[in-house]
Amino acid sequence: MKINVTVNGTAHEADIEPRTLLVHFIRENLNLTGTHIGCDTSHCGACTILLDGQSVKSCTILAVQANDKTIQTIEGMAANGLHPLQEGFHENHGLHCGYCTPGMIMRASELLANNPNPTEDEIRWGISGNLCRCTGYNNIVKSIQYASAKMRGETPASTEPQFV
Amino acid sequence: MIAQSFNYEAPHTLTEAIHLLQHYGDDAKILSGGHSLIPMMKLRFASPAVLIDINNIPGLSDIIIDGDTIKIGALTREVQLEHSDLLKEHYPIFADVTKQIADPQVRNRGTLGGNLAHGDAANDHPAVMLALGASVIATGPDGSRSIDINDFFQGFYTTALEQNEVLTEIYIPVPPDHTGSAYHKLERKVGDYATAGVAVVLTMDGDICKNIGIGLTNVNAVPMRALRSEEFLKGKPLTDQNVKEAGKLASEDCAPSSDLRGSEAYKRDMGAVLVRRMIASALSRVK
Ligand SMILES: Cc1cc2nc3c(=O)[nH]c(=O)nc-3n(C[C@H](O)[C@H](O)[C@H](O)COP(=O)(O)OP(=O)(O)OC[C@H]3O[C@@H](n4cnc5c(N)ncnc54)[C@H](O)[C@@H]3O)c2cc1C
Ligand code: FES
Ligand code: FES
Repeated sequence: MKINVTVNGTAHEADIEPRTLLVHFIRENLNLTGTHIGCDTSHCGACTILLDGQSVKSCTILAVQANDKTIQTIEGMAANGLHPLQEGFHENHGLHCGYCTPGMIMRASELLANNPNPTEDEIRWGISGNLCRCTGYNNIVKSIQYASAKMRGETPASTEPQFV
Repeated sequence: MIAQSFNYEAPHTLTEAIHLLQHYGDDAKILSGGHSLIPMMKLRFASPAVLIDINNIPGLSDIIIDGDTIKIGALTREVQLEHSDLLKEHYPIFADVTKQIADPQVRNRGTLGGNLAHGDAANDHPAVMLALGASVIATGPDGSRSIDINDFFQGFYTTALEQNEVLTEIYIPVPPDHTGSAYHKLERKVGDYATAGVAVVLTMDGDICKNIGIGLTNVNAVPMRALRSEEFLKGKPLTDQNVKEAGKLASEDCAPSSDLRGSEAYKRDMGAVLVRRMIASALSRVK
């Protein structure tokens, strides 16, 4: 089946089988391997991307369902230098192995779009669909707080990353 | 994991969707949020030959008040239910239930209609709809018909929807004065299906319980109402003694199975505890 999608600002046309999952289309047809497959059962959030601005698990959506829609992946985040979220994860040691990070960042970007100044609880609630096996989440929360301050035009508080 | 091959149709009108259902018969399945269906297809528990994606059909995701009825389109997503001012005003139970369904990404996709049509007793909306006294609107080749929610869930993953019907709307009554509602489920971790869940919608007349609906989640093979508990409480004051008895009746009437989430006895006990707590919670919200 023919589909048209705009991915990180670039239009793509592809001819795919309806059973192709969006995550496979992104990784294998477009070679954008920043979007990861962690569980393949809709639980871990590693495959999170933005579909028309909404965070979704791309392992649970068919590529044909993205026809005529826009997709944003981690590769599109650094278009103008590092995105404040990417900078936040870097500054605050929000990652260890980095496997969950693209999904975390894509999810957090929708969270901050809907709620520019979330509380710590709201951040924890907001990333409840994303699992990280490495960091214990504290530094991830700080990374998102950093980005939230920066995107609101404030100077992010300097925090001590926690090593766990 | 990749599903078996299928054909994909994405009609732009309801009429076209119903034609496609008629045309393909038992081989076809509707695709709404896909967050129950696609996982099942990936595991090959379901292998429909045709998927009819209804997401391009306009008008299926509105939440409106029409007289004494609140009408919710079947394609309304969890995230819309969670943030609807209209629902917040009338039924806090919707904020309770949506916040407890899965996680934000799943709630961006999953729909109310899909949650009900799936017919899974582990899903949260069925119990809420039973407590609310909802009706389900099914649209087929001969037009629309209304199905009382009490007749909707017919068995394990089986509902009263005919093969050629699309669930198009859910109707719930605008609450009478002095109504309160609440839902809570016991879960092992955020986003898990319920160990046990209870929905309560009650209307008071002074100190007397005038009307009450109690729906139970995941403690029976089919979504169920705690009918004896409801009958027991109607016309009575909600004293500790009476509420306790209602909890006991519900725990006797449900039929949970022992699994990784707990033993049968534990789930019955949790059912009783949650009935008591949700009655208290709904009562505290009466307005
Ligand atoms: C990780 C994860 C966690 C979850 N946790 C919960 C939870 O805690 N509680 C909970 O309640 N649910 C949970 N769910 C399920 C989720 O809410 C589903 O989205 C929902 O049950 C089904 O809705 P859907 O719109 O995705 O339906 P789909 O998956 O598209 O469809 C489900 C079934 O209903 C049929 N159908 C769908 N729409 C219609 C219609 N309009 N007319 C006729 N038939 C139709 C389909 O053909 C299919 O058989 C979870 C899902 C995931 C992936
Ligand atoms: S790979 Fe999609 S949620 Fe884990
Ligand atoms: S950094 Fe390793 S899984 Fe999160």
